[in-house]
Amino acid sequence: MKFVIPEMMPAAPEIFVFSMACAILVLDLFLSDRRRAVSYWLAQATLAGAVLLTLKVMTAAPVFTFNGMFVADRLADFLKLGTYGITFFVFTYSRDYLRDRGMFRGEYFVLGLLGVVGMMIMASASHFLTLYLGLELLSLSLYAMIAFQRDSAVATEAAMKYFVLGAIASGMLLYGMSMLYGVTGSLDIPTVSRAIGKMSADNIILIFGLVFVISGLAFKMGAVPFHMWVPDVYHGAPTAVALYIGTAPKLAGFALFLRLLVGGLEPLAGSWQAMLIIIALLSMAVGNIVAIAQDNIKRMLAYSSISHMGFFLLGILSAGANGYGSSLFYILVYAIMSAGSFGMIILLSRAGFEAERLEDFKGLNQRSPWHAFLMMLLMLSMAGVPPTAGFYAKLLVIQSVIQADMIWLAVAAVLLAVIGAYYYLRVIKLMYFDDATERAPIRAGWDVQALLGFNALLLVGVLPWVGVIMELCRQAIKTLS
Amino acid sequence: MLAEHVLSLVIFLPILGGVAVLATGGDRNADYARQLSLVVAVLTFLATLPLYTGFNTGTPAMQFVEDYAWIDAFQARYRLGIDGISLLLILLTSFSTVLVVISAWKSIDKKVAQYHAAFLVMEGLMIGVFSALDGILFYVFWEAMLVPMFLIIGLWGGQNRVYATIKFFLYTFLGSVLMLVAMIYLYFKAGSFDILAWHDLKLGLHAQILIFLAFLAAFAVKVPMWPVHTWLPDAHVEAPTGGSVILAAIMLKMGAYGFLRFSLPIVPDASHHLAWLMIALSLIAVVYIGLVALVQEDMKKLIAYSSIAHMGFVTLGFFIFNTQGLEGGIAQMISHGFVSGALFLCVGVMYDRLHSRMIKDYGGVANRMPVFASFMMLFAMANAGLPGTSGFVGEFLVILGAFQVSVWYAFAAATTLVFGAAYTLWMYKRVLFGEVGNAKVAELTDATPREIVFLTLLAVAVLAMGLWPYPFLDVLHASVNHLLQQAMTSKL
Repeated sequence: MKFVIPEMMPAAPEIFVFSMACAILVLDLFLSDRRRAVSYWLAQATLAGAVLLTLKVMTAAPVFTFNGMFVADRLADFLKLGTYGITFFVFTYSRDYLRDRGMFRGEYFVLGLLGVVGMMIMASASHFLTLYLGLELLSLSLYAMIAFQRDSAVATEAAMKYFVLGAIASGMLLYGMSMLYGVTGSLDIPTVSRAIGKMSADNIILIFGLVFVISGLAFKMGAVPFHMWVPDVYHGAPTAVALYIGTAPKLAGFALFLRLLVGGLEPLAGSWQAMLIIIALLSMAVGNIVAIAQDNIKRMLAYSSISHMGFFLLGILSAGANGYGSSLFYILVYAIMSAGSFGMIILLSRAGFEAERLEDFKGLNQRSPWHAFLMMLLMLSMAGVPPTAGFYAKLLVIQSVIQADMIWLAVAAVLLAVIGAYYYLRVIKLMYFDDATERAPIRAGWDVQALLGFNALLLVGVLPWVGVIMELCRQAIKTLS
Repeated sequence: MLAEHVLSLVIFLPILGGVAVLATGGDRNADYARQLSLVVAVLTFLATLPLYTGFNTGTPAMQFVEDYAWIDAFQARYRLGIDGISLLLILLTSFSTVLVVISAWKSIDKKVAQYHAAFLVMEGLMIGVFSALDGILFYVFWEAMLVPMFLIIGLWGGQNRVYATIKFFLYTFLGSVLMLVAMIYLYFKAGSFDILAWHDLKLGLHAQILIFLAFLAAFAVKVPMWPVHTWLPDAHVEAPTGGSVILAAIMLKMGAYGFLRFSLPIVPDASHHLAWLMIALSLIAVVYIGLVALVQEDMKKLIAYSSIAHMGFVTLGFFIFNTQGLEGGIAQMISHGFVSGALFLCVGVMYDRLHSRMIKDYGGVANRMPVFASFMMLFAMANAGLPGTSGFVGEFLVILGAFQVSVWYAFAAATTLVFGAAYTLWMYKRVLFGEVGNAKVAELTDATPREIVFLTLLAVAVLAMGLWPYPFLDVLHASVNHLLQQAMTSKL
């Protein structure tokens, strides 16, 4: 027997981030509370290093390693770079919030980085088990992060709910995978795809496995009818953690969909398309309608995220390279908008005060026209009003749905988007048309201010280059098939 | 260099100017904000003049064209150009914005910079709508415009402003999204978002009808046509004077412009097929809304309903498919832009003094404000369609065109001459004539020089167009004939 050491280089970014996470964990033990910022800066430096490493090992053609369980291709690189960027925003916004609440501990950043490793592994998975491994690494980090505020009953409850439901979803996903393994005899994604291609598409066990896989995926993305955890978790988790959950993991969720459904199960597109249509329609409807009834902005954003997942699925379910590209663009824009919106909530919160209720946004224009303007941009982008990036994202997915000849679905989607516009407008209404009940000036570090401004302005500033980014998304998809 | 980019200039000059005005900050610098926005508005107006002087009236082709790559992923390009129809609307836009800035000089005293910035940004976006030749670009301008208007009504409006502005936003948003679906469908048929390419695209009748209905949803709400007009009286009543002026003078024209740029040339067969529907809706607007206007007690609401009736005239003119109808409809659009804007400004002048829009709170104003009363008399007459004013040109042409199709259309349309005169003049009589109504009216002072400036500008425009419409109609002929030819050529 010959022992072959696998090629490590394509996985260098994962190895680096993981080692750094461990190093920070150990180092953090020896830091006094005053020096805690070192962990923060190290975490940020890790992300920066990962960017450099990823750019360094990037290749045009896909590279497989670890016996074909791991792949470094354009899509993986694109998603990883996106994840680093978004996580960088998340860590920066969280810092002051955590410090004010006595949660400024190294564990937040260590868990955050481990979650990033999980997302990176998902992005690069070429094997069901790798995919599952990445997913669980991410999920476990999230469970711990939600429960991070030990003495908060809501947070603990949210963590418990998420843990139990998440475990069931993982179980379903695994069960589905085992069915597929039973039929195709392999867990390697390209092999599975080839095997299914040779079978009849209405093989009952295949479809059975597919249903479980889709349920697991829908749960992880928080799509209706597997969405019940989303509002509770967003609401219960500390805002800094909700910010983390609501952003980068969505990119990883895209990887999950693409690697599983497109990479592995594309021959079954006819079947999963029908299932996703129902899930997408329900998500858009429930998300947008129930969001209207919320008076807690974190819950509102949770329902908004559900509806956005519906739109995101429109691209996937149109089952074409074009559609996948639009979904990638959509999820990227969503992650940016979501980061900005939670960043805004964090900005308005202070020590001992959570700006969670919609009323806390009242009269923001009087307190700070600049921040009101930024929040307005974010809300308009969420609603899909031009000229913000959110509009182009919706435009792309709707275009791919029409290309797939489902005009009725496009009409339903745009009408539901109009319903959605109402609750985003309500936030603008509160900020601009109502009188402030709260006069405290808004304080934040210059880096948070600058980054938040950049984050929101990105949504309109990107206008002339929006085509270039779309093209990048399409390129990323191309290497897949 | 500049000459090739006039359109981009007049779009982005006011937008960037608006940002600059915003940068003047809080109300401590209100005077800077006012002066700067007046400078920007006047400069923009001056920059639009070369469009008229350099316009070649002999050709229906698009002029001042600019064409650059934008979103390659779906061949959406930054493509601008104007024909005679858009030219007049762009001039109307830049002209009205100057008036709005002057009219707000004294009456807006909180968040001055934001107010002016919103109007300037909106001016750029509206000019963008009239000059976009690319579907996506058009849609971006069309929708982006809602945001400043939403803020204008909501921030500076009256009592019930929040309800009105959300209604306004959602109504128009709902109409527009269906248009977006139709545009994407056309993109897949034509392979690009080029509006002119869509004009030459062959389409089956079934597809045409669906596209027509999708466009109708967007344009009918904007015009507004009966029965989707209900947002307009609310929005008008609650909006500040400047907002009402822009709404009436420009925004309503966008719906009508949409019919000319999209519906008629892209889906001519469906337009003919459904002309009965359009004519019926237009006539209902003319007759029924005319009657509704008669019983209004709020001056702004009365003018708002009168706008709907007048816009019914415009859509009637478009869907009888002859030169008189089309040219009359367009002339009516321009005239209505001047007249309704002027009437809203007049109400604004009185409102600034008495803080009421109710007819019953006035009476005998002419005794105290003779100069103002004579201006308003002119505008009221123009609204009623008196020969010699701009209102007459359009109405006469449309009735003439309607006669060629059916006597009954013409008959129903002509009732507007009666109703229009009735509601406008009756309001005028109750507000301005008679004995001085109450103590507050007795203290009124006549129009200030600033107010006389903008009223004079409008009076000149109204009379010029009524007495010598040639310069207005001349730029239209080639474009209208070309459009009519497109609308009469079957695509089946």
